[in-house]
Amino acid sequence: MSTELKNIALKDAPSSTDEFIKGLWRENPVFVQVIGMCPTLAVSNSAKNALAMGLATAFVLVMSNVLISSLRNFIPKQVRIATYILIIATFVTMVDYSIQAISVDLHKNLGAFISLIVVNCIILSRAEAFASKNTVGKSAIDGLGMGFGFVFALFCLGSVREILGNGSLFGFMIFPESFQEWIVMILPAGGFFTLAFWLLIFNHYKLKKAKS
Amino acid sequence: MKEESLWFIFINASLINNFVLAYFLGICPFLGVSGKMETATKMGAAVTFVMIISSMSAFGIHSFLTAINAPFLQLISYIVVIAAIVQLVEMVIKKMSPVLFQALGIFLPLISTNCAILGLAIFQTGKGYGFFECLVFAIGAGTGFTLALVLMAGLREQLEFSDLPKVVKGTAITLLIAGILSLTFMGFSGLGS
Repeated sequence: MSTELKNIALKDAPSSTDEFIKGLWRENPVFVQVIGMCPTLAVSNSAKNALAMGLATAFVLVMSNVLISSLRNFIPKQVRIATYILIIATFVTMVDYSIQAISVDLHKNLGAFISLIVVNCIILSRAEAFASKNTVGKSAIDGLGMGFGFVFALFCLGSVREILGNGSLFGFMIFPESFQEWIVMILPAGGFFTLAFWLLIFNHYKLKKAKS
Repeated sequence: MKEESLWFIFINASLINNFVLAYFLGICPFLGVSGKMETATKMGAAVTFVMIISSMSAFGIHSFLTAINAPFLQLISYIVVIAAIVQLVEMVIKKMSPVLFQALGIFLPLISTNCAILGLAIFQTGKGYGFFECLVFAIGAGTGFTLALVLMAGLREQLEFSDLPKVVKGTAITLLIAGILSLTFMGFSGLGS
């Protein structure tokens, strides 16, 4: 399937790259659209958790986008949302069991939040706004772009919180022993503060750009 | 943990482990409809109501799925039942109070993708609560959600009159306030011991 995707990507290269970049940066789901907040804040207390959660979400996003766009002509309009949710829930169940098989520790860390990918607004909003109207190839690329945008955002949050709250990154200590950890950063409040801080930076650049 | 009293479950769900401020569940409506006090209260009430019904249904579904030995269907059946309940509530509100229906707008159907409700169903299953424990847990979680929403709405109404720098306007200031609220709620953790 990957070669098929590549072919489609090559055929309409300019718009596909654009589609990909859009999710990654210009319409980044977390920083620009501010959706999908719950998992973003909840599991971003360490870089590893954040990355795992991001990848799981990205996988569900791509798979559900592909399936929904390939079925888009068969799904009756009235029950489309219910159908999307069913499709998404199926993929999430798959991811849930796979993660449990790969690493029990990771599964314990992420806890209920893997199941909660179902109600991540990003996935449903992409299904409704994009996959239901576009071809399979385009939807896959859109899912990939948005997915990586989400991974990127989670990583931004997770790494800052782990570095400041624990003095480490991916479990490796990067500060000397004498570093006093900012415990607040790994507590729930730290999640709010870190996201607010990133949004401030983004706002600052947006305002600067608008001025010039 | 089996010996938790009902009172403790209530305090735990509403204050100590507040769904919004400690578990980050239901952040979307928390940021979206907390602009006005009145809408916030009504949204809180609607969510609490849906929570209670879906918690009860989730308890039934869990017992049934355990009986037929099909735990992998849990997530799918929960989400379908919750979506159906939300649809029902939406129809009732539309009939009873069109004004409220207008005020809640898009956030009413979005309750079905509200993580707080599915989260509640998953947590209660994980903790192995019985019927009454589930009921109290749902009421507590709903109260906690409403409390957070109302507090936020009150603060944001005050913010309208203050002179903010342009950079923090919008979501950023709301998140900063939420962070401070979350810090204050940590003070409740002493209640549990």
